[in-house]
Amino acid sequence: MSASSPPGERRLPPVTQLGMLSLGLVLVAGIYLSAHLPEHVSLAPAVALLAASALVFTGNVLALARVEGFAWRRFFAVARWAMLAYAVIAGMIEYVFLRNHTSGGPLVVLTLSLLVFAVNVPVLIGFTVARYD
Amino acid sequence: MAQAVVSAPGGAVGDAPPAAFTLPDFQIVPRAGLPIVAVVLALLIAGIAADELWPLEFLHVVGGAAWTIIDLFLGFVLGPIMGKLSMPARIEFTTRLMPKMVLIMPTVVTVTLVAGWQLSTHLGTNLTVNPLHGWVVASFIVVGVMAVIALGLLEPANIAVLAELKKPRPNPAVIERLMKRFIYTAGATGLMQIATLVIMTKLAAG
Repeated sequence: MSASSPPGERRLPPVTQLGMLSLGLVLVAGIYLSAHLPEHVSLAPAVALLAASALVFTGNVLALARVEGFAWRRFFAVARWAMLAYAVIAGMIEYVFLRNHTSGGPLVVLTLSLLVFAVNVPVLIGFTVARYD
Repeated sequence: MAQAVVSAPGGAVGDAPPAAFTLPDFQIVPRAGLPIVAVVLALLIAGIAADELWPLEFLHVVGGAAWTIIDLFLGFVLGPIMGKLSMPARIEFTTRLMPKMVLIMPTVVTVTLVAGWQLSTHLGTNLTVNPLHGWVVASFIVVGVMAVIALGLLEPANIAVLAELKKPRPNPAVIERLMKRFIYTAGATGLMQIATLVIMTKLAAG
């Protein structure tokens, strides 16, 4: 059961908690890189944080996929529009890094971090809406 | 136009007799606001492409001021008021306020962050040798914490309460629970905005 589920509510994996953990990890990776750019920066901590974030996100989606009777239609109806909005936001952030000639490894890690961010938030929104359907 | 009927406790504290009330019609994402968002984002792209001090300062200060004031006002003024309203009044207020927030907040946050990064690059405050670099990194950390709270709890609750209110028979218990989550997280991000004000005034003062 989700840690915050009241008695009587159906059992759900802790999607919100894990989503926030994944989001937190990828934001720390982004803050670490941003704090050092445009100077040389070791990518190892950012890659480790990104990998951990992607792992938590994947586990979160897999756990949610195993829930029987979940309102997937509702989930996707909300998540697809949220994904469009967050793709625009991630695109704007990517643009400002490109504008400042970020390239190579840091750009790859930042782009992948933005990708994890842009899919994580729609899952959180879609889940919160669909769980009450 | 009436859209749905809710049966709910009449008072915020649940001591009044149950009452049924009709919901005003609303759009979860107000389509009329989308062109305004597009114009703002176009201005942001133009500002970054130009890389001139004034447009970047303008975008960052206006966006940041709006973000900070909205968070503080919502967290410490509107939030407590909403918590004390009767359920029908709270729902009517919600259907008028929250759809606007769905468009305003992501736009304001994006403008502030993106223009802020470009401004920081323009001024050189994002270089580790800059004496103000520590304050810039502190602002990243504050924004990061606010982002996790806002994106993980506040915004999903905002959308979910509107989606619930769009149903033919909304569940008052779900609305109550999501509204509490929205109000508490708005208060938490409002509190963090005080740290943002401290950091940003220090950066402006040099």
